[in-house]
Amino acid sequence: MGRNEFTVAFAGNPNVGKSTVFNNLTGLNQHTGNWSGKTVSNAFGCMSYKNITYTLVDLPGTYSLLSGSKEEAVARDYLCFQSPDMVVAVVDATCIERNLNLVLQILEITSRVIVCVNLLDEAQKKSISVDLKELSRRLGVPVVGSSARSGRGMSELKEMIYNMTVNERKTYVDKIIYSPEIEEEAEKIFEKIRQKCKSDRIARFLSLRLLENDEEFNKSLEKSIGISVEAGVHKKEYKDMIAEEIIKTAERIFLSAVSFKNSEYNKRDRKIDRILTSKSTGIPIMLLLFGVIFWITIVGANYPSQWLSSLFESVNQFVRDTLTNIGTDNMLVSVICDGILKTTFWVISVMLPPMAIFFPLFTILEDFGYLPRIAFNLDKYFKRSGTHGKQALTMCMGFGCNACGVTGCRIIDSPKERLIAIITNALVPCNGRFPSLITLISIFFSASLVFPFNSILSALLLLSVIVLSVFATLGLSKLLSSTVLKSERSSFTLELPPYRAPQIGRVIVHSVKDRIIFVLWRAVAVAVPAGLIIWLLANIYIGDSSLLNYFTSSIDGFARIFGLDGVILAAFILGFPANEIVMPIMIMAYTSNSSLMEYDSLTQLHALFTTNGWTVVTAICVLIFFLFHFPCSTTCITIYKETKSIKWTMLAFILPTILGLTACFLISNISRLIFMLAG
Amino acid sequence: MMYLDKELSLLNSLNIGEKCVVRGLTSEGKERRRMLDLGLIRNTTVEAALRSPSGDPVAYYIRGALIALRSEDAAKVQVSAL
Repeated sequence: MGRNEFTVAFAGNPNVGKSTVFNNLTGLNQHTGNWSGKTVSNAFGCMSYKNITYTLVDLPGTYSLLSGSKEEAVARDYLCFQSPDMVVAVVDATCIERNLNLVLQILEITSRVIVCVNLLDEAQKKSISVDLKELSRRLGVPVVGSSARSGRGMSELKEMIYNMTVNERKTYVDKIIYSPEIEEEAEKIFEKIRQKCKSDRIARFLSLRLLENDEEFNKSLEKSIGISVEAGVHKKEYKDMIAEEIIKTAERIFLSAVSFKNSEYNKRDRKIDRILTSKSTGIPIMLLLFGVIFWITIVGANYPSQWLSSLFESVNQFVRDTLTNIGTDNMLVSVICDGILKTTFWVISVMLPPMAIFFPLFTILEDFGYLPRIAFNLDKYFKRSGTHGKQALTMCMGFGCNACGVTGCRIIDSPKERLIAIITNALVPCNGRFPSLITLISIFFSASLVFPFNSILSALLLLSVIVLSVFATLGLSKLLSSTVLKSERSSFTLELPPYRAPQIGRVIVHSVKDRIIFVLWRAVAVAVPAGLIIWLLANIYIGDSSLLNYFTSSIDGFARIFGLDGVILAAFILGFPANEIVMPIMIMAYTSNSSLMEYDSLTQLHALFTTNGWTVVTAICVLIFFLFHFPCSTTCITIYKETKSIKWTMLAFILPTILGLTACFLISNISRLIFMLAG
Repeated sequence: MMYLDKELSLLNSLNIGEKCVVRGLTSEGKERRRMLDLGLIRNTTVEAALRSPSGDPVAYYIRGALIALRSEDAAKVQVSAL
């Protein structure tokens, strides 16, 4: 007669494989990464086990619940005020002492906890042995060992979750005892707030927090259960004493449960780090790694792109013939084939191959643990711009999707530094712009060379474009941090997680699958309606000119000031919902006057652009404007959600646009001047 | 007062490969809490492990984890020789 639905929260430090455990149990494919803050908001999933339905909640990875970053607040408030039925605390077997801090804090909120010691395979490699029984005895809760990447320990974990929820297995968690003074004060508060709390344990936890007198936590307490700040008597030393007691307890438990056969267990990591972060090789290797990834992407994407586009061309022709044969109206055939299908197929064939190559490679770097090293290497430059090295990580997320990058900025603790990272995130080219950049580079700058020099040049140019976007980010950050977002510098702590051998096969399979789903979904969600609308604009005539024509010619004069033309600017404006459709709009607008030409090959695309007056300078300007213009609508909405401010959203919209237009203006006019002087 | 015989210095003066023991923190508020959460409490052994290409930040081994701190933050950690 028991319940058959339970909620289980997953908590843990960043980089402990929490998302892998979570995905393993739910079958969900949440992207996992070896850096802080991959799970930026609570992710939900479902698990069925022995006819019981579990709702699994993946909390953001944090080191603590008490030091006040945005994601810590999310995790802590969830545990305190949403009261899940139980918590799975995932810890890294190679770094248990550090992880126990969080586990002990969670145990102060609830005793319904299972500790999952993950990455046991990595610990074995480093000859670290963990006495799971002793750990369980010391903590008073069940402990399971696992290597989630290979699935080891997952069925035991399920069984333990079942036992704890359905069979209500007991736990024996000792309270951490603080100094008599703290205990006495905490007890006084406890008496006052007990009635308002869901359990004695939560009441004690909150009493201790009120003693620490953390402003932000006081606010969320007042909001959630109406406990006012006056309940606490506070002394400055309490905070230290409480934190120290937890750390010391963690140390004691660690020493009794973990042993090292080899004290030099992280020697290999240090050797790798000395190469990847040293003064002479750190930054060159970083550039080289990205250059190679770009090169593989460009070379590898070429053939599948051609193959896909000729496949789609046949499909399109087949649909056209079939529709015509069954007597469909010519207009409707054109809407479907020239509008919807053409745009959608273009998006898929141009976007999918490079992204399905780039992301697996990038994920391998990520899995290996390299990305935090980028933040480490570049922090000095971010510091000079008045921002945080972790901004490098949010920029990396921006490669995938700027909206994700913006949400990811929650890993930055200081509100002002976080705002700067949010506002500048769109300066990094996302998934929807990357392939367009590659296309432009390939047709205008490296087409004249032969293989492999053409692809090497393309990769180098793409690398320069990315470096340019990094410089722009740093520059704009500097501008913001020295004007509207002037702030006191916040402290900088960045964990460099242990290196892990990436599971290359698994990463490739998962990441390719993720990208295919992502790109196809975007194609359907965005390209289908966009294709329809643009076709209508291009084919509804008023007088002897189409709506699209009216629009493009009305802004043509303005656009030419910046080295662009009306069609290009119109494409960017109409492409506001998604950057993927900017190029298809240009193509459709250019071809709408003439009979439709096929634009399947790069040479033809080049011909189309040049007959419409493009020069190399135009191409550079378009490239720059692709890099620096207003973020897409999804990103803008996300910025608003994250900042709750129209002002900052507008700024995030306007600043990159001004930057892009200014750069285009300078480039086109300076080159005009040079041509005039030279000619 | 048992540490008076050992000279206090600051964590950012540590050379790579050197170890020291934490004696106290001079930071306040949230920053202090974050340092404490890293495990930087009294008597904790810390080793400077890596210097970034530009010299700052430096990564330290703190309780088994490798944590990068900027020089001015490390300067808020008082340490003494082992």
